[in-house]
This record gives sequence, C-alpha cells and structure tokens, in this order.
Amino acid sequence: MTYIAKPKFQHPGLPRNDLGFTHRDYEGKVSTLCAGCGHDSITASIIEACFELSIEPHRVAKISGIGCSSKTPDYFLGNSHGFNSVHGRMPSVLTGANLANRDLIYLGVSGDGDSASIGFGQFAHSIRRGVNMTYIVENNGVYGLTKGQFSATADRGSKSKKGVMNNDNAIDLVAIALQLGASFVARSFSGDKTQLVPLIAAAIQHKGAAFIDVVSPCVAFNNHAGSTKSFDYVREHNDAVNRLDVITGREPITVDYAPGTVQVVEQHDGTRLALRKIDADYDPHDRVAAMTFLQKHAAKGQIVTGLLYVDPEAEDLHAHLDTVDTPLNQLGEDVLCPGTSALDKINASLR
Amino acid sequence: MPVQSPISSVNDFVVRFANVNGSGSASANELFARAILRHGVPVSPRNIFPSNIQGLPTWYEVRVTEAGHLGARGGVDMMVAMNPQTWDKDLASIEPGGYLFYDSTKPMPASKFRADITVIGVPLTAITNSTYTDPRQRQLFKNIIYLGALCALLDMDPKLIEQLIGEQYKGKEKLLSSNVHALHLGRDWALQNLKCPTGLRVKKADKVGDRIFIEGNSAAALGAVYGGATVCAWYPITPSSSLADAFASHCKKLRHDPKTGKANYAIVQGEDELASIGIVIGASWNGARAFTATSGPGISLMQEFIGLSYFAEIPAVIMNVQRAGPSTGMPTRTQQCDIIACAYASHGDTKHVLLFPEDPAEAFEFAAQAFDLAERLQTTIFVMLDLDIGMNHRLSRPLKWDDARQYDRGKVMTAEMLEDGRDFGRYLDVDGDGIPYRTYPGTHPTKGSFFTRGTSRDRYARYSEEGAVYADNMQRLVRKFETAQDMVPRPLQANAAKPTKYGVIYFGSTAPAMDEAIGILEARGHQLDRLRIRAFPFHSSVASFIADHDFVYVVEQNRDAQLRSLIVNENGIDPVRLVPILNYDGTPITARFIAGAIGDHQDQLQVTPLRKVKS
Repeated sequence: MTYIAKPKFQHPGLPRNDLGFTHRDYEGKVSTLCAGCGHDSITASIIEACFELSIEPHRVAKISGIGCSSKTPDYFLGNSHGFNSVHGRMPSVLTGANLANRDLIYLGVSGDGDSASIGFGQFAHSIRRGVNMTYIVENNGVYGLTKGQFSATADRGSKSKKGVMNNDNAIDLVAIALQLGASFVARSFSGDKTQLVPLIAAAIQHKGAAFIDVVSPCVAFNNHAGSTKSFDYVREHNDAVNRLDVITGREPITVDYAPGTVQVVEQHDGTRLALRKIDADYDPHDRVAAMTFLQKHAAKGQIVTGLLYVDPEAEDLHAHLDTVDTPLNQLGEDVLCPGTSALDKINASLR
Repeated sequence: MPVQSPISSVNDFVVRFANVNGSGSASANELFARAILRHGVPVSPRNIFPSNIQGLPTWYEVRVTEAGHLGARGGVDMMVAMNPQTWDKDLASIEPGGYLFYDSTKPMPASKFRADITVIGVPLTAITNSTYTDPRQRQLFKNIIYLGALCALLDMDPKLIEQLIGEQYKGKEKLLSSNVHALHLGRDWALQNLKCPTGLRVKKADKVGDRIFIEGNSAAALGAVYGGATVCAWYPITPSSSLADAFASHCKKLRHDPKTGKANYAIVQGEDELASIGIVIGASWNGARAFTATSGPGISLMQEFIGLSYFAEIPAVIMNVQRAGPSTGMPTRTQQCDIIACAYASHGDTKHVLLFPEDPAEAFEFAAQAFDLAERLQTTIFVMLDLDIGMNHRLSRPLKWDDARQYDRGKVMTAEMLEDGRDFGRYLDVDGDGIPYRTYPGTHPTKGSFFTRGTSRDRYARYSEEGAVYADNMQRLVRKFETAQDMVPRPLQANAAKPTKYGVIYFGSTAPAMDEAIGILEARGHQLDRLRIRAFPFHSSVASFIADHDFVYVVEQNRDAQLRSLIVNENGIDPVRLVPILNYDGTPITARFIAGAIGDHQDQLQVTPLRKVKS
C-alpha cells in the first residue's frame, strides 16, 4: 500500500468546514501500518475531529514517542509540524513545546508501551503538571514493532498470540490519570468512531491536561481468542457510560434529546459538551466516584468507556507559572535582555 | 628539634575554618572573606563540604593574596579548628610555623597539639554561654565571636566588618546590633588576653579594583537571562542546583512584565534529567531559548536526547557543572571529568560543542553566547563549568554586556520567505556551511511544515533508509561541525619571555592556578608558552601550537587525560608529544602541584647525559 502516492484529486462536492477546508486538508501521508490496524481508525477520528472543529491544521503541533502509534502523526494533518521524538519521552517534549508557544494546539500521540512502560513517569508528570494538551494513548496491549511482546496494559491472565500467559497486573492509564488530577479523562474504542470523534474534539477544546485512552486492537499480534484487547472482546465488554456531542459556539442546543437524559457541561472557553447519559447514575464531575466506578467494572471484566471525568474550570501549566500571554518564543531582546544599566547595578551589588 | 619560628606574612596566607555542617558557620566565614576584600586585598575562598545537610565535617578556606593568585594554594597557615571530629587531621595539615585557633573552654592534653606551631586558645563556648541563653543564638554568635577574635589576631579593621554586617542586616536593627556586639565580644577578649596581632596580618591595599565577588553558577545563570533563555528545565543535583536557583532569583528581579507582573520565562523542575532535557528540546524545537543545568550523572541520563538534538538538529544548551565521577563519585568535589562524555555524548557518530569558561566573567559570557551558538548551529552546546568555579565565590572582572548586541536566532525561514517561494528543505545545505534552514511550528498554513524525527531522512525531511542519503546527511553534519570551529571562542595564547620548545595547554578552572604556576616555573628557570583552550571543536591554532613545540603539557583535573585524548583523536597528534599533568583527587588543582609536576619533568628532560658528565 505504502508505495502508492496519495492522489491529489479530490471530489469538488466534498463537504467544507467553516474555514473552507475539506477532509483532505487534514490528511497526512499514506499509513504504513498493517491493514485493519485500530490506529488507522484513530487517525481517521483525529482528522474528523479537527475538520469538525475547523482548526487551522498548521496551528497544531503533533508530538509522539516511538512505536506504531507514534508513527501515526505522519498520517494526519500534513501541514502541521510533527515530532517523532524519543521512546517514552513525548510528554516532556510536548511540555517544552507548549511552554515555548502557548498559542498552538498540542496533540500528544503515544502507545501503551510508550506511556505505560518506558514513559510511565513522563506520562504521570505531564498529567500532574496540567499541561494544556490532548494526550491520546493508542492502547493495544502489545509491542507491535518488535513483534508481539506484552505491554504493561495487557490484562493479567490474557494470552499472547504465541499462547504465553501474562502474569503481571495491568496498568490502567485512565485510573492513573484520574488519580494524578487530569482535568479531562476519557476512554474509547478505535472501532467506535461515533463515540471517539466527539471525545477528541472535546479534549482539544479542553484547556488543561486531557487524556484519552483508546483501546485499539493490534490485528497482527493481539486480535486472537484469549486477548482482552481484541475487536471481539472489546465489543462484548464495552460498557459505555455516556455519549458525547460537542457544541461549538453559543447557539442553542437543537438536538432532540429525551428529557432527563442529557447533561450540558460548559467549559471555560464557552464550548459546551452535551452528554447523553447511558448509565443514569454516572456523574462525570465526581473524580472519586469515577475511580470507584472504574474499579468495580474492571473487576467484572468490563471496559468502561465514555467521558469519565471533566473539570470545566481546569487550569493549565501556564496559569500555574503565570507566564505572559505572548508566546515565549516571540519575545525579543527588548523584553528578555535587561541591558547594561541593570548589569552595572548587579556588578555594584557584588563588590 | 630546632625551634620553628612562627610564619610571618602580610596579605599572603591561607586560613582554613574546620566546622560542622549545619552549624551556621558558612555566613560568618563568608563575612570574613568579604571583610578582607574590603581591605582592598584579594581573597580566593573555597568551600569544602560533604554531601550532607547536618553533622558532617565541612571546611572553608580563604586564601588571602595581595598578589591576586585566585587558584587554591595548598597548605594551611592558620587553622580555625571548630570541629573535634576532624581535629587530628586539621592539626596535621597546618604548615610548620603556622597557627592553630581553637575553643579552649575545655582543657586539652598537650598530646593534642604540635610543638612547631603557635596555639591560640579562645574560650568561645564559655564566652557565648555566659552571654546568651538561647541554644541557637549560642551557636550562631559563637561564629561571630571567633570572627571578632580573628579580627584582632589578624589586625583587621573592625569598622569594615561592622559595615558589612550593616549591609547584610539593613533594616533589621536588632540582628544588626547583636551581631556587632558579638563581634566586639570576641575582639575585646582577644585584645585583652592574647598577643595581637600574630605574624599573619591583613594590611589595607588597593588590589581589588572594580572586580566583583560572585559564584560561577550565579554568573552563568545571569548569562542565561541576558542570552534570552525563556525556558529552564532542571532536576536537582549538586553542584548545579544553585545555577537553576540563581536563574529563578535573577528572573524574579529582571524578567517580569512591568505592566502585568507576568513572567517572561518558565522554569520547570523536571521529574528527572530525561524530562529536563526533553522539555529543553521541545521548547527549542518550538523556537524558544531553553537550557538545563546538571552534572555528570545527569549527563549520563540525557544521552539519548543529546543524540536526537545532534541528529534531528535541535538547539539545546546544557550547563554542566562538573563534579568528581564516575557514578555518584564525589558529589561535592570538583573535577573536569566529563570532557569525553560530553564531546561524544550519545550512541552512533556524534560530536558536540563544548565551551570552557575559566571564571564567573567567562561563565556569564559563554552562557549567553551558548544560546546564539545553539540556534546558529542547531545543536547542543555544553557550557562546561565545574564545582570549583560554580559553587565558590570568585573575584572576577565585572560582567559586561553590549546594548547593541542582538541575538543570533540562526537560519529560520519565515512565512514571508516561504511565500516568496524559497526552497525549503529542512536538511538542505543551501549555503555550503552544513547548516540548513528550519521553520518554527505554526509558521505557514501550507508551506514549511515537516516531520522531525531521530530516524534517517533525506534533505527534505522525508524518511529514508537509503545508504547514500544517510551518508550525505552525516557528511553534512561533519561540515557543520567544521563551521563551528570558527564560531566558538578561540584559544588564548601567551608566550614566555624567551623562545622555548615547551608549551602548556590548559582550560577552565585550572586557569588561575596555571597563571601562578608559570611564575613559579619561571623562577626555576623553565620557560613555557601557554595556550588556554576555550572551546571544542578545536580551532586550528591548537594544532599549530602543538606543532611549534617539542613537548606540550596538558593540564587537567581528571584521571584519564580526557582533553589530551580529544586533542590526539581530533587532530591526529602523536600522543608522546602531549605530556599529561593530572590532578584528580577532587580538590581544586594548585599552582604548587602544576609547577611541581611540570618542573620535575623539565628537570628530567634537562638532565645532562652520562657521557658528558664522565668526560
């Protein structure tokens, strides 16, 4: 597939968004992943979410670590700068990039090996610092590029393709993100685009550390019976707590919801999220309850998906550091260099 | 045993304070050093401290040197022995004819002293206990009381110390007067009970001039402020933590928006050194000037990212305040031991730019310049400080800045340039200097974006594993490194009074000891031309300096002669011609050591052949 160049032709009738862009303007290079890979569905969802939000593609910085998932930023937003950095270190690179220019949108793409094993520390610390980002983990429970070793998110008792049993406990990144204070936490499934696209769109609009764990089956190494990250298993055990609609702008909500089933969440920037409840008792504003809910359902073998927690009043790292509104990378000598008169005073104070 | 006459010296002696860590002695000792400076007499103080907060021994050494020798001298003329734990060692380190100052409240057996020194007992504990009741006050004022006694013993002007106390406790009247009181308590006791002054005396002079008294870490941090650094990410590690701390305090004073009060900088204490360098690389990739401060173990942890910076060509500045390695080594002792680790950091073929400041003034200049170099060369620049420069107050020429100076932001393609149709290849060598153009993320809607990666790619940043494409890129990186040679600070040469076949190469914190050693060697009849290397890659003058001499000594503070190895390797020099002179016990190199080692080698070279003696 990959040697075929993507045709430049596009249908004149393709739908356009508020900026006049079509989906094609949000695409990247042709994917080099395996046919049917869950990651490609996530790529498609990112493209869809950015299209729907009418984001200028070049105002996004897409940053990843190393691994199959980390290759994907090459396959979407071809007019954005991308950075395929170091294994497990996407969060620090993204943090630095974000500090340098607060005006761009930061999309961090990582995998379960990248974020739950080698980069577990960086994942944790970028979340607890509240970096304004959308952090997506494309979670398949295996190392694909090195041919099928278990990752740290593989469930205990699940079997590898070669029949080896995993005896180690799994790391649930969603649970960790909640505990560390992520202000937007969601889980979804690569095979459920209708659920995933609005979650990505909402995460991008969220001002703070937004984390989405996307279970994304590996068709080559983790899609067999005995795996808990296969398409079949996830479909059977998916327990969605809600469905999300992202409402941009301030126009009234026109979607026709059955009474009592919708909860509208207004975020800091004025965007609104309409949550269609599936589980009537689930409250996405209660961090502690969310953690308990997750644990209970995980014990039953269920994979809880949906918008699990959101803090509409979230603050980000720039607010904590009280940095100027102008991006730091745009400040010049006039602002940054105190000059000779200040230096003379410093010299005098050191005598 | 012949009677040793007491050492008699004006403005040229070494006082060492032996204290217990955490006893509050540091500020009193520093006050002593500053007081001598106020007499117009240069001092060179050094902290010798353990990796500990409270309880372990710590020393503070003040070299009083009207001649301005700022390197460590070695030996102690007066020991202020305030730590019973190290008594025996401290006593033994006093030069014959030297002085021992101690707390004589408890009687000590004669066996605990030496016959060849002058013993000065002051009942410090008794004086303090009779004056103060609060235990903390007793401890703190005991330090000021011994300072008062020393003032009398060394014939110092008490008014100058009072003045310093006044500056320190400006607006805190109660603290001010109680400190002055304690000072006189000690001074009066000494004047009434002891022979004052001793043979060691401080006499007013005019040898300090406009020089400033500053730690190298603080100067380097200020260089980062002046150099336009906006992002600092770091992880605490001795001896570099005070550099990041200093950056924070300089920024607090100099970098807040006058209208909004908001910060024109961001400082993040990373979770480790990997995150710190990752943040630096992310910020630099996005067009901000960013740096980290670390030491040896941090350098080891940062290796993978340093390779990325080299290969993907992302600017980064690393201030490496070196300490004795390997492994945890001696965290609070000085060395120049990361030369090879930094020059060739990371796996694969890599080379990095190193800057070697000699003192705080150069630390300031090189730190600021590092940001220009990093952006011009799009690679990591190491500022190679060490504990001796970084954590000690050093008398230094004033810091200088030119208001006309503009930052060199390097080759950055703007939206206008892209709009004009300029060919943008992220790794395309358009000017023949090996340096390509880069774009900042978010520059242009449809032009100039690229995918940054640590994997091989072609001139237009497209992934490629073709051998020829890879080699082409690696060759360009070599060209870029050659370009760097003429951009980095050049070596400084100083020739001997008479033509000589011998030369010496040195760098960094060795400089003051080297300058002093030259004088000692000349007095012994040895003439040496000097070359102080200030950066790697080496300028062509390094090779020609070596070619011009039969033997060149390379003076370093590490075991394996790392700079010498680098010179041999990079310039294809016959190793026999480079004679290593190595000090690596963790104490700063001294003029005595250098002069001794080079002098002995020179004497050997000049031994008269046996047959000539016979004939």
